[in-house]
Amino acid sequence: MFKGDFIQNLPKIYGTYTGGFIVFIILMALAEQAGVSAKNIGVMFVAFTVLIYALIGYLSRTVQVDAYYVAGRQVPTVFNGMATAADWMSGASFVALAGGVYFGGYTYMAFLVGWTGGYVLVATLMAPYLRKFGCYTVPDFIGTRYGGNLVRACSVFVLFIASFTYVTAQINATGTIASRALGIPFEAGVWVGLISILICSMLGGMRAVTWTQVAQYIVLIIAYLIPVFWISSNVGGGIFPHLMLGDEVARLGELEQQFGLVKNSAADMKAAGVPGGLKYISGSHSGVPEGGMAVWKYLSLAICMMVGTASLPHILMRYFTTPTVRAARKSVAWSLFFIFLLYSSAPMLATLSKLALMDPNLPTGIIGKSISEVQSIEWVQRWSEVKQVFIADFNGDGILQLNEWFMRGDVVVLATPEVAGLPFVISGLVFAGGMAAAMSTADGLVLAISNALSHDIYYKIINPKAETAKRLLVARVLLVIIGAAGAYIASFRLTSILGSVAWAFDFAMSGLFFPLVLGVWWKRATREGAIAGIIAGIVSGTLYLTWVFPKFSVPMWGGVNTPFLGIDHLRFGLIGAPICLVVMVVVSLMTKEPSPATQKLVDDTRIPTGKAILGKQH
Amino acid sequence: MSNKDAYWNKTKNHMIVTLVLWAFFSLVIFMFGSELNTMSFLGYPLAYYMTAQGSLLAFVIILFWTANKQEKIDEEHGFSEREDD
Repeated sequence: MFKGDFIQNLPKIYGTYTGGFIVFIILMALAEQAGVSAKNIGVMFVAFTVLIYALIGYLSRTVQVDAYYVAGRQVPTVFNGMATAADWMSGASFVALAGGVYFGGYTYMAFLVGWTGGYVLVATLMAPYLRKFGCYTVPDFIGTRYGGNLVRACSVFVLFIASFTYVTAQINATGTIASRALGIPFEAGVWVGLISILICSMLGGMRAVTWTQVAQYIVLIIAYLIPVFWISSNVGGGIFPHLMLGDEVARLGELEQQFGLVKNSAADMKAAGVPGGLKYISGSHSGVPEGGMAVWKYLSLAICMMVGTASLPHILMRYFTTPTVRAARKSVAWSLFFIFLLYSSAPMLATLSKLALMDPNLPTGIIGKSISEVQSIEWVQRWSEVKQVFIADFNGDGILQLNEWFMRGDVVVLATPEVAGLPFVISGLVFAGGMAAAMSTADGLVLAISNALSHDIYYKIINPKAETAKRLLVARVLLVIIGAAGAYIASFRLTSILGSVAWAFDFAMSGLFFPLVLGVWWKRATREGAIAGIIAGIVSGTLYLTWVFPKFSVPMWGGVNTPFLGIDHLRFGLIGAPICLVVMVVVSLMTKEPSPATQKLVDDTRIPTGKAILGKQH
Repeated sequence: MSNKDAYWNKTKNHMIVTLVLWAFFSLVIFMFGSELNTMSFLGYPLAYYMTAQGSLLAFVIILFWTANKQEKIDEEHGFSEREDD
């Protein structure tokens, strides 16, 4: 099935798959009508989709090195775009993005700009050149361009820190969704998630991950868009919310005025026993905060996310799989198009969800109603039981105020379908979508880490004479170990101390962005410069993080420190990356210029045609 | 100047143009968020629209445009790849 004409048949294969999935949704809707319980529908959605991914993973098994590492470099442009979009959009994006916009409004949306704008950097500075180079992994490029095991090992180290920070959060998300959909404990959910992830990636490496990610993209985008459009028409937002919510956004502004945006004191929230992680609306939805510092906060966050995006190895390696350099460029554009479909819908979902809860003229509105009435609503009861929503009557008037309604960000995506009166089949679909999003990102990350360890550390440094079978065995064993380590940490819920996924972007930009960019764009960059730059960037960035993040700074630095120029723990890449650049340039200029052979290698990298720098099998 | 150098100069200039557009839509307009928000587009306040949808769409368009333009530069200098993708 995966030979010869498979590539030509891709549109047909995935067309059939999409049709099959829609038929499955209809069957589930009929089952709901026939009285199958909501819980069983959720189980069937997750089980059915995960089985399909596992089947694709099994069919894509391989014993070829280039198929394992770069999917045989035959993934067509548009399909690679879908796979990258699934690789990119994590469980956190899927379930938490709309919630972030819901609570954070305009300020939070710096993430949206950051997580999309970064692709312009990927396309212009990196992807086509790395594709031409013919590397298997990101450290493979750095190791060959600058030459030597030390620089290779340094870049593997940065890759490991950045990707591992990210992967525990993804396995955590997989576990959360699996546990809710299947009704099993969280710890068991984590291991179920891990096994699903490994089945998809172990036998076929990048090839298997590519074809499951395409399948996962189709599920996650259907699962995200159907509810958005349906909710919109249910709450009077119009059939095409992206173009038609202007009045609703204005209405939210009026309602904010009417109810008032009140900030609760920490003492009040503690006294009322608000569970951790639950938030309330205290900022404007569409208003821009005043002042230079607010502008800088927005811009600095966007910069960190954009530069970080362009340095994340699990994304860059997707562009190693296209047949040509020009396909790599086009593929970046398609990736962003597919990402845009979801990202532009998140603010619309947040707007609709907010309006549904806030507008007293809508039957779904709860703010301004009596608390006893709200507490008798079925979905409020269900989500209160699992501590996802909470009501605290601070002023004791028995009426629910805007600042007295607390909920977890995930609830926006997971509960809005029920709130707006959609059938449960949609909630089941949303679970399947969340699972697809979390699995596809975890797959890509685990593979990025284990490929770097097996190719760059084991094969290139420890045992360059290893045979193909042995290399692939090592790659698979490492895949299982990395996945299990991630799941082990996730099962202890240690992610709360590991901090935010934003850290992965800051780590990657601190240590990898300039070595990658200058490797292509500055011939004078030397090995010594790269080594010094990577080390200086990652060390200074990490030290700054420990200094500015209270949980680390209290034990390590003896107190809480005020962020320097507003650069807090989400933005520490703004310290690491410039230091990396300066050190790299200074040390490069102080050392002997690269050999003519290296300069020729850079020249060849810049031209789309001609032989790749590294052979097809290396 | 050799063909390769001419090609690389054009590619560099094209990269700079692309990054200027990128910086405009990702950074410059958000320096004037409060001013932009007094204007409206499709009924949305403009700065809100740009961060929720407009800039994202601009990036997609920039990427397709830049890839096509780069392909033209490849062709002009004879570095175009075979039609096999």
